[in-house]
Amino acid sequence: MSGLNELTIAEARDALRKGEATSVDLTMACMTAMDAASALNAFVHPTPEIALEQARAADARIQAGEAPAMCGIPLGIKDLFCTKGVPSQAASAILEGFKPEYESTVTSRLFGAGAVMLGKLNMDEFAMGSSNETSTYGNAVNPWRRGNDATPLTPGGSSGGSAAAVAADLCLAATGTDTGGSIRQPAAFTGIVGLKPTYGRVSRWGIIAFASSLDQAGPMTKTVRDAAIMLQAMAGEDPKDSTSAEIPVPDFEAALTGDIRGKKIGIPKEYRMEGMPSEIEALWHQGAEMLSDAGAEIVDISLPHTKYALPAYYVIAPAEASSNLARYDGVRYGHRARLAQGDGITEMYEKTRAEGFGKEVQRRVMIGTYVLSAGFYDAYYNRARKVRALIKKDFEDVFAQGIDAILTPATPSSAFGLGEMADADPVAMYLNDVFTVTVNLAGLPGIAVPTGVDQKGLPLGLQLIGRPWAEADLLNHAHVLERSAGFVSKPAKWW
Amino acid sequence: MSIDIETARRVAHLARIRVEEEELPALAGELSGILTFMEELNEVDVEGVEPMVSVTPMRLKRRADVVTDGDIQAEVLKNAPDAREGFFAVPKVVE
Repeated sequence: MSGLNELTIAEARDALRKGEATSVDLTMACMTAMDAASALNAFVHPTPEIALEQARAADARIQAGEAPAMCGIPLGIKDLFCTKGVPSQAASAILEGFKPEYESTVTSRLFGAGAVMLGKLNMDEFAMGSSNETSTYGNAVNPWRRGNDATPLTPGGSSGGSAAAVAADLCLAATGTDTGGSIRQPAAFTGIVGLKPTYGRVSRWGIIAFASSLDQAGPMTKTVRDAAIMLQAMAGEDPKDSTSAEIPVPDFEAALTGDIRGKKIGIPKEYRMEGMPSEIEALWHQGAEMLSDAGAEIVDISLPHTKYALPAYYVIAPAEASSNLARYDGVRYGHRARLAQGDGITEMYEKTRAEGFGKEVQRRVMIGTYVLSAGFYDAYYNRARKVRALIKKDFEDVFAQGIDAILTPATPSSAFGLGEMADADPVAMYLNDVFTVTVNLAGLPGIAVPTGVDQKGLPLGLQLIGRPWAEADLLNHAHVLERSAGFVSKPAKWW
Repeated sequence: MSIDIETARRVAHLARIRVEEEELPALAGELSGILTFMEELNEVDVEGVEPMVSVTPMRLKRRADVVTDGDIQAEVLKNAPDAREGFFAVPKVVE
């Protein structure tokens, strides 16, 4: 039998229920794997004591015969989630030492279902980045390499630590958050499954805010089935988040019938990008064939405003971030700069924020401040919100034509080397989100499914986009794609 | 639209982020580059389009205006860099 840390959630659940393993066994196996994986820099605040206590409690529940699906499953938690008494600093120096006095809704739901927290995971600072290189903890490293080439690669971002940890079997699954692609892009770069639910499906309460109209938490897992099981435990209305929806949560795992006959899958012509590697184009084509072979109808569609999604996103997200990050003032929590003789409150704010925020975060806060400032609000922010309405309407139009799901590439390339983008201008890094960001702007569910490897031996993913609130259908489509692609590759262990 | 050094200084101050004088030209250049990218939005005909305000078509929920928590002064102050006598402490604001 393979190591317990290599199990999927579904396999572990079945083993626990049959008494073939205990949660303590699973948790110990993961902690051993974590100890040996410091080179990946995925876990930044391990919580072994909490993990063992939760695992023992889970074993007691399982023995008592009262075991929800996530009971006893060891998880990694992205550092963006507030976890009571445990450092939660969004990979930022400005939240150094911050230990929340409360638990986020997502983590309390997962723990209520019996899940085990192994520790907090690396990420880009305040989730602003696509390579995990803006973290105050240093880079997380992708367990995948280009064959025998030892160049360290990015696991993607912002949920880079989550992706690296799941791909390297340090945990069975992890939480992620996605504002412009931060679950789906790292999932694609590491050969795992990443699901961004419909905006409002999962409560944002207790998740450190980046851009509140775009942020959504979701599962990062080894299989589509695991994504269904984990989303079940995360989703649902929450009185503490007024944007969480009063919509019933269906049984996502039961929706994995594998039957997609008669479904209409849209292929948007605007996602065929100039300069896209031919292997991604080929993979996209193969993915469409797989769905067609399973009985779905492939339909060419048009989403005419796709080109404007990135510039609209890079107005709206920084605008919301500049407002959300105003709370980091050195007064109530986190870092406060050492002040000079005679410094007043303005110097305290300015020095604290200059020391506490990294360069990319500073850049986005300032861009957001600029586009919201008097005289520019209409030209930038309001225009971007109008373009956002048009992007959403593009999707509404194709869904009204009867399209059930949309198939696109997940990323414009496979994982790139850490540091390779260091001299590129910020906009070049933003292009990583080109296929994913439309989904956040329109509030739709999207899932990245590993479907192949490129010539360098690195994983590539495809993205499926669903109708609002249709995660169950979307997961079923993804399940068919996963089954047909038969992606089973694992990174060769070097760490 | 390009951002000059004076505008960069003003934006940094509005954002309450201290930027040293010698770093302002580079900052102005970076911000200008990002704004140029955003100006692609000017190609779109947005005549008559309402700005999107709500991601999903829902009314924001309301709740009764009642006190549901409180008496947690110690928890509120626990993470403060400087708390004294039950208050957050800051440099003198009023002369």
